[in-house]
Amino acid sequence: MLNAIDKKLLNTVADLHDVPQGAYSIRKDGAGLSINSTDNIIVSQKKDRQGINVIVKPGTRNQSVHIPVIISLSGVKEVVYNTIDIGEDSDVLVVAGCGIHNSGSKESRHDGVHEIIVRKNAKIRYVEKHYGEGEGTGKRVLNPKTIVHVYEGGTADFEMIQIEGVDDTYRLTEAKLYKNATLTMTEKLMTHRDQEAKSDVIVELLGKNSSVKVISRSVAKGSSAQIFQPRVIAKAEGKGHVECDSIIMDNGKIRSVPEIWAEHPLAELTHEAAIGRIAGEQLIKLMSLGLTEEEAVKIVIEGFLR
Amino acid sequence: MTACHFSANIGTEIEDSVYGRRKQSMIRLEDISVKAVNGDSEIDILDNISVSFEEGKFYCITGPNGGGKTTFAKVIMGIIKPSSGKLYFNEKDITESDITERAKLGIGYAFQYPPKFKGLRVRDILKIAAGANGDMEHINRSLTNLGLNPEEYLDREIDGSLSGGEMKRIEIASVLLKQPNVIIFDEPEAGVDLWSFDELINVIKENHNKNGGITIVISHQERLLSTADEIVVICNGGVQKIGPAHKILPQIKSDICCKFRDVCRGDEDAECDR
Ligand SMILES: Nc1ncnc2c1ncn2[C@@H]1O[C@H](COP(=O)(O)OP(=O)(O)OP(=O)(O)O)[C@@H](O)[C@H]1O
Ligand SMILES: [Mg+2]
Repeated sequence: MLNAIDKKLLNTVADLHDVPQGAYSIRKDGAGLSINSTDNIIVSQKKDRQGINVIVKPGTRNQSVHIPVIISLSGVKEVVYNTIDIGEDSDVLVVAGCGIHNSGSKESRHDGVHEIIVRKNAKIRYVEKHYGEGEGTGKRVLNPKTIVHVYEGGTADFEMIQIEGVDDTYRLTEAKLYKNATLTMTEKLMTHRDQEAKSDVIVELLGKNSSVKVISRSVAKGSSAQIFQPRVIAKAEGKGHVECDSIIMDNGKIRSVPEIWAEHPLAELTHEAAIGRIAGEQLIKLMSLGLTEEEAVKIVIEGFLR
Repeated sequence: MTACHFSANIGTEIEDSVYGRRKQSMIRLEDISVKAVNGDSEIDILDNISVSFEEGKFYCITGPNGGGKTTFAKVIMGIIKPSSGKLYFNEKDITESDITERAKLGIGYAFQYPPKFKGLRVRDILKIAAGANGDMEHINRSLTNLGLNPEEYLDREIDGSLSGGEMKRIEIASVLLKQPNVIIFDEPEAGVDLWSFDELINVIKENHNKNGGITIVISHQERLLSTADEIVVICNGGVQKIGPAHKILPQIKSDICCKFRDVCRGDEDAECDR
């Protein structure tokens, strides 16, 4: 059922060595491959279009659900809609992610729309890894759209990582935060060769005491290009912070446009952005401990993107 | 650069302690100069320095701010390339060796201002430093010895969140873990509180006694200088004095303590009322 390439992709994007225990859905080459629910987490195929529903019952704690997507056939293009509903007072880990192995000449592409609803006082940690590989000339394209609603007292911790092999990506993340809701979104991105990545984040603070932190860390190598446009709009008395921090190497190009926008007099918003090369002193320090320059660069970048 | 106030019999000191000896030494600098471009003019940051450091000895380098001490240390580590001169390690010419090669030969340098790293943790850098013989027990002990609780610090990032004194302690721990034969500490006491100062000296001394190589400590602290086998005074880009601590220390003190030094700038012809 799962060949060696599939297993490697699954391991990379979801830390899975095989079909997981508990609730999961594995999608492969444009179709659902395997799906499983538990008493508290119901995973099912959508009836009207491609994609799944994940319903976490209220009060579910310390459980996780894995919903990875893998594509190992060249030329697969798919649009998938997933809805993830985290019931009141629950506390769960959701591991999403997409791995593409393209050994052919045709473009392989996954456009995933995730709608995530975090109900009253619920807590979610959401980890999404994107990865591409394959010796073919066909492009590996990922365009994820994530829509998040965090209701009263909810907490969402998002980690979105794309550090290898994706040729083209356009990510759009929209979040709405209600009273006392908290969102931390960390985005980590590395591009190589002539890859292009664009990421838009739009967070709206709609309830009193809502707060958001958007952090992006990125590395652009080769002649790759990146554009970041994170925006926080405060329509209520909330707090927001946006931070973009990038390392530029070779002939990489990076454009960072953090935006803060207050429509409430008690909103508190801050942003910071930095782009620069690896500091020479960091490399010198590591080399004086016996590393070569290449090893030192690798360590600095690994740390930066951790 | 601040002016130099050390004036007494420079010539003879250098004569018998540098040129006079012809013992096998571990580190030898021969006519090392470092030039830097300053606007339109070229300045000598180090000016024709020749000096040797011998195995088993504990050295302190001192001298005024901007005198060239850090530059001198960085030349030995390979961080700064001299514009002329030669550097020998156990009589092997290492002038052209890069930092990595020198680190592998057993030269180590604890930075005056350790760099910060975003995302890299204390644990990561100490593991790199310890290399193959880097079990966690060893690493934990290196932090404890420097007054840091491993549980509290191992997972901290080496970024702006660490205090100056904490950064220095971690820096020293990393170099000690690497166990170089030739080890240079650049103002290790800077930022380290009064209460920990003796501990710090002990750690450095113990390491020296155990390892038996060359220890060079750049310092302005008399308490440290007085424990040295030899003191080297670097001033205006040159080695101005070198000799046993008991001989050099009194000379430095009489110079440094003079409250008129800013007026006379150590000029030998100035009328001295002291
Ligand atoms: N790249 C450079 N270009 C120009 N001048 C430099 C450069 N690097 C160092 N210098 C100058 O060389 C001199 C020696 O600097 P160095 O850092 O070696 O002094 P130091 O003795 O370590 O001083 P301190 O006691 O303040 O640490 C200083 O005057 C400094 O300003
Ligand atoms: Mg210095």
